[in-house]
Amino acid sequence: MLARKRSRQRLILFLILAAALMLIGLLAPLIVPNDPNATNAAHMNASPDTEHIFGTDRYGRCVFSRVIMGARTSIFSAVILVASTFALGTALGMIAGWYGGAVDSVIMRIVDIMLAFPQMVLAVAVAGILGGGMINAMLAMGLSGWTLYARLARAQVIAMKKEPFISAARLSGCSDTKIMLHYLLPCMLGPLVVNAATQLGVMMIGIAGLSFLGIGVTEPHAEWGSMINQSRAYMQIAPWATLAPAGATVITVMVFNCLGDCLRDYLDVEAAK
Amino acid sequence: MYISPGDPALKKLNAQGISVSEETLEAAREEMGLNRPFLVRYADWLGNALTGDLGTSYKDGLPVAGKLVHALRYTLILSAGSLAVSLIVALPLSVISAVKKDGLVDNLVRVLSFIGNSLPNFLISVLLMYFFCVKTRLLPVIAEENFKGLIMPCLALAIPMCSRFIRQFRAEILEQLGRDYVFGARARGVKSSTILFKNVLHNAMIPIITIIALSVGTLLGGSVVVETIFRWPGLGKLVMDSITARDYPVIQGFVIFSSSVYVLINLAADICYRRLDPRVGEM
Repeated sequence: MLARKRSRQRLILFLILAAALMLIGLLAPLIVPNDPNATNAAHMNASPDTEHIFGTDRYGRCVFSRVIMGARTSIFSAVILVASTFALGTALGMIAGWYGGAVDSVIMRIVDIMLAFPQMVLAVAVAGILGGGMINAMLAMGLSGWTLYARLARAQVIAMKKEPFISAARLSGCSDTKIMLHYLLPCMLGPLVVNAATQLGVMMIGIAGLSFLGIGVTEPHAEWGSMINQSRAYMQIAPWATLAPAGATVITVMVFNCLGDCLRDYLDVEAAK
Repeated sequence: MYISPGDPALKKLNAQGISVSEETLEAAREEMGLNRPFLVRYADWLGNALTGDLGTSYKDGLPVAGKLVHALRYTLILSAGSLAVSLIVALPLSVISAVKKDGLVDNLVRVLSFIGNSLPNFLISVLLMYFFCVKTRLLPVIAEENFKGLIMPCLALAIPMCSRFIRQFRAEILEQLGRDYVFGARARGVKSSTILFKNVLHNAMIPIITIIALSVGTLLGGSVVVETIFRWPGLGKLVMDSITARDYPVIQGFVIFSSSVYVLINLAADICYRRLDPRVGEM
């Protein structure tokens, strides 16, 4: 009981931290002390002071403001990406598991094809071919991201299909859709949500990586990966312009990874590898 | 390929410094086969790919397969190096932290591996550069093709991978340690070290090999970032250069090539199971 209480406390702590980060992202335009895109030739590569607490970059833009604005891009792109791959993958996996036969074969063969490509390899190629932009980067990451949920959902549906409560639901005249949404989905949400939570950090790193390579979110849009890439050439003169977005990335990814771990411990489910 | 913006023919002519007129553009498209319908091009490409011909690069006209094989050598050196570093660090540490669960080493390793797992490899590369090149000037910024040049790219790939390995290996070893056969062996008075090295590690080897084989995919993806940063002339740098030049045959070839390597390594892992566990063959 004690262990459970402690894991509950830890979960709440990280939920609050994650919520705080998301709030910062949501309210970013209101919090920023300076315009994140305003250039200032008088303050190029200026070291941190009271006006610009993280200094300025090579165009004289306030690094602190850009890091805060970047929170919006990085966190929300990852959340939207995970939410949409989660929804799509779960729906397809449930359909495949429930109907079986030809539908199952078609969906699972697509999954198999996607699994043959290492995720980042495919993402780099797709994002590179589609050209930059946040939507394209998200598409590139999501292309194989949904397969995780599809496989998990399918396995769960197949395991539960023969359970008496499903037969009972069917006998009482429930439609397929109703059985799937009202009876199957609530029973299998645990493992799926845990996997989605652990994927948040992975997706965040992936999108930041694509932006770093210049094939994700592009300038002048503030994003941590592209900020690190832009400022690394000036690291000798203005290390703060690199270290601030780097710190922000590490802290955010760690909070979301911790959240995933705590959720897994709390719900006591094994995450798929 | 078809839906992408940017015209490779235009890009090629621009790169060659030829003044672009409608006629020269048409001629270049003709020569590169870009004026034929998408499906015909795809069918052609697929047919050729099956015989090992991945087409020629738009940029310099060299065969794609040759370019990829040349670059693969460098990526293999880098991947093998970082995999070796990760395993040398991860295997003993995961065994120690599993056996002495919740001990000093376990707690320390848990915190460190958690941090390592949250660090994107591009960030590690930049930080390594900052400390080894800018601050202490120990290592060259651009990777020379020697051991010294290999250190930083290797570490950048190895740190996150090693952290993941430790967490996963530890979980597998702990699961084996909780099995009944360990309890039985201990009750019969078999030495702890014998149980650990003869039984537990042997049984944990199958999931561990799976984890290693699956990590090759992460390595191939990660090498794109790391090779670009350190200018290491492997597959990743080749594909990034090709993306900039809109050199589609090379990008296509890279995806097919990496995926084949990935699938083959996982196949090799499956074959390994048979050796480790005779039951696998009977199923």
